Amino acid sequence: MRWAALAALLVLLALPAVLSSYALSVCILMLFYAYLGQAWNIVGGYAGQLSVGHAAFVGVGGYTAAMLSLQTGLTPWIGMLAGGALAALLGVVIGYLGFRFGLRGFYFVLLTVAFAEVCRIAASNIDAVGGAVGLYITFTGDPRQFQFRDARAYYYIALALMLLATGVAWAIERRRFGVYLAAIREDEGAAEALGVDTLRYKLLAMVVSSFLTGLGGTFYAFYLFSLQPNAVFGIPMSVEIVIRPIVGGSGTLLGPILGSFILTPLSEVSRIYFGQSGLYGAHLVAYGLLLIGVVLFLPEGASPHLARALGGRRGRA
Amino acid sequence: MSLLEARGLSKRFGGLQAVRDLSFVVAEGELLGLIGPNGAGKTTAFNLLSGFLRPDAGAVTFRGRSLVGLKPHAICRLGLARTFQIVRPFPRLSALDNVTVGALARHPRAPEALAHARAVLERVGLAARQDAVAGSLTLAERKRLELARALATDPALLLLDEVMAGLNPTETEAMVQLVGRIHAAGVSILLIEHNMRAVMALSHRIVVLSFGEQIAEGPPAAIANHPKVVEAYLGEEYVGAAPA
Repeated sequence: MRWAALAALLVLLALPAVLSSYALSVCILMLFYAYLGQAWNIVGGYAGQLSVGHAAFVGVGGYTAAMLSLQTGLTPWIGMLAGGALAALLGVVIGYLGFRFGLRGFYFVLLTVAFAEVCRIAASNIDAVGGAVGLYITFTGDPRQFQFRDARAYYYIALALMLLATGVAWAIERRRFGVYLAAIREDEGAAEALGVDTLRYKLLAMVVSSFLTGLGGTFYAFYLFSLQPNAVFGIPMSVEIVIRPIVGGSGTLLGPILGSFILTPLSEVSRIYFGQSGLYGAHLVAYGLLLIGVVLFLPEGASPHLARALGGRRGRA
Repeated sequence: MSLLEARGLSKRFGGLQAVRDLSFVVAEGELLGLIGPNGAGKTTAFNLLSGFLRPDAGAVTFRGRSLVGLKPHAICRLGLARTFQIVRPFPRLSALDNVTVGALARHPRAPEALAHARAVLERVGLAARQDAVAGSLTLAERKRLELARALATDPALLLLDEVMAGLNPTETEAMVQLVGRIHAAGVSILLIEHNMRAVMALSHRIVVLSFGEQIAEGPPAAIANHPKVVEAYLGEEYVGAAPA
């Protein structure tokens, strides 16, 4: 298992040398969505609190860094921390409302969706942040402004982000925090009876998850050079974030990565394939079918099966 | 010296008075039995003591501290742990991880918590099953696991809610022994149990509830022949018919 991970890492490090620029852009998205999926995994997978509003954190993070850069010239390298912090603040608000008042299951899903939608509508209507048109970032190619002429730089940043989130999840998994999150996911009442301050640990998971997701917003803004409310805050973005860890195996370290490595190329290929035949949006149908298949046949996701195939044990909490 | 004191506890669910004006004391080192017919309010009383329900009236003091208004996790950390009548293992975690959750309350670092959890599994006779996923354990094993998790939080007082229900006679006997050993090791116990032989064998004193009210209290021998207890369990016509 360890050797397999090391080999995979070496392949990922060497990959840009041989990729076409199109393939490179697909791989950048693949790593980036693996990162967002891993960030979501902390609260959605390990703690089992199904947020379908993580787009809100991407948007808040991205808008914060972009506005700071456009208005004050602050480098996005610092701006992304501010964006992460604001996203974490929003995470605390959503988490507190949801957890304090005991919203579970579908009700928590609805709460998170509603918050993301409020953000989307607010951003669309506030002219100071570009309204419905959004924000455009002028290309300068200045690395201090998080801009690079060579797309391979984005690849390595996305890879670093993915490793960062995975490292955080790994560290959580083997500490009290991770054991408590698993207990909360399995049975909150029983966890509470065993001395777990469930409100506190769910909020902590939300803070870590929303902060990391907020960092991702900066990458999104400065990789695409634009932020549009419907794209960053929209429900499809939240679904993109959630679907990868679920397909790969939520609450496992490899799940979000595996899910993204399966789904991102698949979605690109099917988008182009169906797009050429004029069936726009048909790739979403393919997504839906895949999700149904996973829920029916692999409810734990792909990751445990891969781990078994590689002969390794699932990492214990 | 009293470890736990409940005074005037009451709880109503809509039109049902589940517990009415319940008062009792658990002394340091005592094993107190709590019995009563189904629906008498025993589990509600446990939920009031462990913070899962807030009483409408009354007070609970544990080691001189009021517990009313505290959340269950805080009460657990003060040294009052409970089990659930319908066992609630973390089904996809291993038996060891299940117990580790409890152990982490006293040992915040994972390696020490794991070591403590292993020792507790050993104590309850589940060491051989430590890597089994909790959902795959037999009922008897899950009952032991439930007990082990609570025990791993190092409680001064353990509330056991029907840990023998559903067990066959051999398993019940083993559980009686286990509860006796845990008590002998210095843990005070409040025991809800329907198995009369077990309660009579283990308890120093017994409190009897019926329709939310305490109808009798005393040593096992006195409770067995108490007219109100016989009436509550068997009906009025049997009072006096029981062999002495």
